[in-house]
Amino acid sequence: MSMPPELTLNPTAGADAPRYYLRDEHHPENGTLLGFWLYLMSDCLVFACLFAVYGVLGRSYAAGPSGADLFDLPLVAVNTSLLLLSSITYGFAVLEMQRKHLRATLVWLGVTGLFGLGFLSLELYEFAHLIHEGAGPQRSAFLSSFFTLVGTHGLHVTFGIVWLVTLMFQLGRHGLTAPNRRRVMCLSMFWHFLDVVWIGVFTFVYLMGVLP
Amino acid sequence: MNHDDHGHGHDDHDHHDGGHAPSTLKGYATGFILSVILTAIPFWLVMGKAFNNSSTTALVILGFAAVQIVVHMVYFLHMNARSEGGWTMLALIFTLVLVVITLSGSLWVMFHMNSNMMPTMHEMKVRP
Repeated sequence: MSMPPELTLNPTAGADAPRYYLRDEHHPENGTLLGFWLYLMSDCLVFACLFAVYGVLGRSYAAGPSGADLFDLPLVAVNTSLLLLSSITYGFAVLEMQRKHLRATLVWLGVTGLFGLGFLSLELYEFAHLIHEGAGPQRSAFLSSFFTLVGTHGLHVTFGIVWLVTLMFQLGRHGLTAPNRRRVMCLSMFWHFLDVVWIGVFTFVYLMGVLP
Repeated sequence: MNHDDHGHGHDDHDHHDGGHAPSTLKGYATGFILSVILTAIPFWLVMGKAFNNSSTTALVILGFAAVQIVVHMVYFLHMNARSEGGWTMLALIFTLVLVVITLSGSLWVMFHMNSNMMPTMHEMKVRP
């Protein structure tokens, strides 16, 4: 609020002055984290729709290759471990932030980013390999829905990494200020949320896709 | 509101942010170890072909996924009924209801559309 509250008061209504007192000012961060959680829930609905599309179309191969022909489970296992490791290293970053160790926070955030990049590179390699084999998104309804679902998740990871790098610059410049700590907590929720979505992807798409 | 029912009603910003309990190494480590186990078992079940029946395998790995999602929610996202005065939990429950309706509704409706409306190979052959 830029204007001092008493300027807005009617001078004859002095008894009403206390209602301009902002009672909640001592925890202003709650609003952001709750709002960000609501955004994540709406993102969850986006993924629910994409999962539903994959659930409906996932066996429509159009005489093309099926999941059992295409999916390379060891690669998916490595990808899953990379994302899980990035979750725990982000947890370490949050712990170091609570101890007010800026440098250690930055190091763990950097490690998280590297795991995220590893995940993305493997996923892009997988996509390139599929497209090279003629199993691109235009081949069948199964592959269209597969690329949409997994690609949307990968896009989220990409934006998570962009945000992570931005946050590291903000932390490096301003230190562990209250706004920066709030940003770290928001990205923490985003990052762990992406791992939760990935649980659904590797179970529903990859593992169930190779079942006969 | 999240006040005064557990000793420290005001948020102490020196220790934690935004009304969440401070994260602990023990919490993250427990979540990580549980997640590794809950990830490894489904991969082993599918890659090692532990069950002959596909639908048994599918049901079991879906169960593991559900448990692992709960583990992530509790240990990594610090979900509990008290954070933000219960509003995060309320939003989560609402979202889960919508997700269940979306998924089960789509699968159910489209499965019946497929089985009732799709021409079979035989019908396609006899069509003029």
